[in-house]
Amino acid sequence: MPQVNGRFVPDMKSPRTPDNEEPAEERAHDFRPVDKGFTKEMALAEAERCMDCKKPLCVEGCPVNIKIPKFIEKIREQDFGAALDIIHEDSMLPAICGRVCPQENQCEGRCIRGKKSEPVAIGQLERFLGDQPELASKPQMKPANGKKVAVIGSGPSGITCAGELARNGFDVTVFEAFFTGGGVLVYGIPEFRLPKAVVKREIDGLKELGVKFEFNSVMGNLANADELLNEKGFDAIYVATGAGLPKFLNIPGENLPNVYFANEYLTRVNLMKANKFPEYDTPTKHAKQVVVFGGGNVAMDAVRTAKRLGAERAIIAYRFTTPRPRASRSCRLSRRSSSSPARTATCAP
Amino acid sequence: MYKILEKTQFSEKVFKFRIEAPEMAKHAHAGQFLMVRANETGERVPFTFADWNPEEGWVEFIFMVVGKTTKMLSTYEPGDAILDVTGPLGQPTVMAPGTTCVIGGGVGLAIAYPVARTLVKTGHEVHAIMGARTKDLLLLEDQFRELLPDDHIHITTDDGSYGEKGVVTAPLERLLQAKAVDEVFCVGPVPMMKFSTLTAEKYGTPITASLNPIMVDGTGMCGCCRVEIDGKTKFACVDGPDFDATKVDWNDLRARQAAYRTEEGQALKAYEEANCACHR
Repeated sequence: MPQVNGRFVPDMKSPRTPDNEEPAEERAHDFRPVDKGFTKEMALAEAERCMDCKKPLCVEGCPVNIKIPKFIEKIREQDFGAALDIIHEDSMLPAICGRVCPQENQCEGRCIRGKKSEPVAIGQLERFLGDQPELASKPQMKPANGKKVAVIGSGPSGITCAGELARNGFDVTVFEAFFTGGGVLVYGIPEFRLPKAVVKREIDGLKELGVKFEFNSVMGNLANADELLNEKGFDAIYVATGAGLPKFLNIPGENLPNVYFANEYLTRVNLMKANKFPEYDTPTKHAKQVVVFGGGNVAMDAVRTAKRLGAERAIIAYRFTTPRPRASRSCRLSRRSSSSPARTATCAP
Repeated sequence: MYKILEKTQFSEKVFKFRIEAPEMAKHAHAGQFLMVRANETGERVPFTFADWNPEEGWVEFIFMVVGKTTKMLSTYEPGDAILDVTGPLGQPTVMAPGTTCVIGGGVGLAIAYPVARTLVKTGHEVHAIMGARTKDLLLLEDQFRELLPDDHIHITTDDGSYGEKGVVTAPLERLLQAKAVDEVFCVGPVPMMKFSTLTAEKYGTPITASLNPIMVDGTGMCGCCRVEIDGKTKFACVDGPDFDATKVDWNDLRARQAAYRTEEGQALKAYEEANCACHR
């Protein structure tokens, strides 16, 4: 670690460490993770690029204000356990957030290094640590305070809340409508971007903290707020039921068979494993030509899934001519044309 | 895991399961449904509640063997468990006060029965039209007879093997002509619901249909069960399953129900081959 007068000097010359990806032509045919994550060497090299700013804008850019320069400093010192402990002070889900947070709009979007070259790969470093949960110290638990909280939904919001409450001494029960935990992390985000095993590990971690999970529980129908508070003894309810309802385009023919809203298409494949039909009972269509409307992360997940289900031609149609569709970098959209009002673009698989 | 407490066989292909589910039993209403995932590799399939008992903590549903999942379920016995059962889902059936005609066709009778029972309980006069292809497929006749006087039960079979030969619209038309009913509820195959609707419309009598599209999540998230009601997209799982039948786009419903025919056939064939007696 280079130092001048005992102070760390960042590596200002090295470019950002590239993602550790499987070659596109290989990965496009199955659901293996696209990004293998940083090796130790890659993480150490990238950690050298952080300038350890006096006023770290990355921390401001992070919705939960993870002390980013501090954990990167611990990476440089090769004290990965301490680095992970620093993240855990603010977030219990680094393996998930490191993979699927839109870092280019948040921490990395504010990184000073991004002004002249490329921002520090904060997400990759976070994931590198999150994937080694065994290095973390046991989380500090406040003594039980006798208060019961019902969390409705086990998606990112629900499990974050459940983890925080459990660490602060609350008795937490998470109610989930599906048969497994994770919400959009398991039904929406494909295996190749966020492996189900990573989500399961985080849920298991919460169980170890004493969080209880009730699956197949559609709250409101199975029990309403009155019953939870007055009959089942909960002191509070946290509603984390997600973004929910699909928004259709209101165009003729959109209810024809073979027209999917992304939630259905992705749920069939991600949660119900339709890619393994007939070993799994849920089918889906394996179309040769697929068009996806939209330019966000979900559109990218859908078009990349179509590719993996055997589409010869899978395209994105997007209504705006903004310089960049809204999808985050981890979805990797490269543009082809920018002139027509509704344009199509290609997306690396 | 949800334990099967009782299994009843009505005919060669029609079964009823009683499932242990105390919380669900407390909150179930007529017209609502549950979703089943039989095992780890299973699909999610909706079944309307046939009956439930909050004191004893069970719910019941009736199913007919048509595809792989129902074929597999028919091999389950009391004491076996279904991996996942979710519910109650959907909106309960609500009918205006007065005399109601409840029409059930085929396995739809399993849904019509609890609706008729609830209506009787809430002070409605109820006529039931029970339709089936043939006598052996006529469900729940005893239960209907226990609930309603004989002159309020109208039975039709396509082949004339029992009751009146023909389809449900004939007795419906007679009831409407006699101004004997204020409102109609129907559930069954699409053609049956469609023609019941046309008949009711002719007499200006309101008619509700309980729709049965394919579902995946059943909680309003995915949009698989969408139906066109008065030109607008609605979700059968959260907005329904009951809708004003005169507003339903029946062709759209039929096309969406048939969207996976090929795959359903494939799955059933693979299952039958793997479980055929000659391979055991």
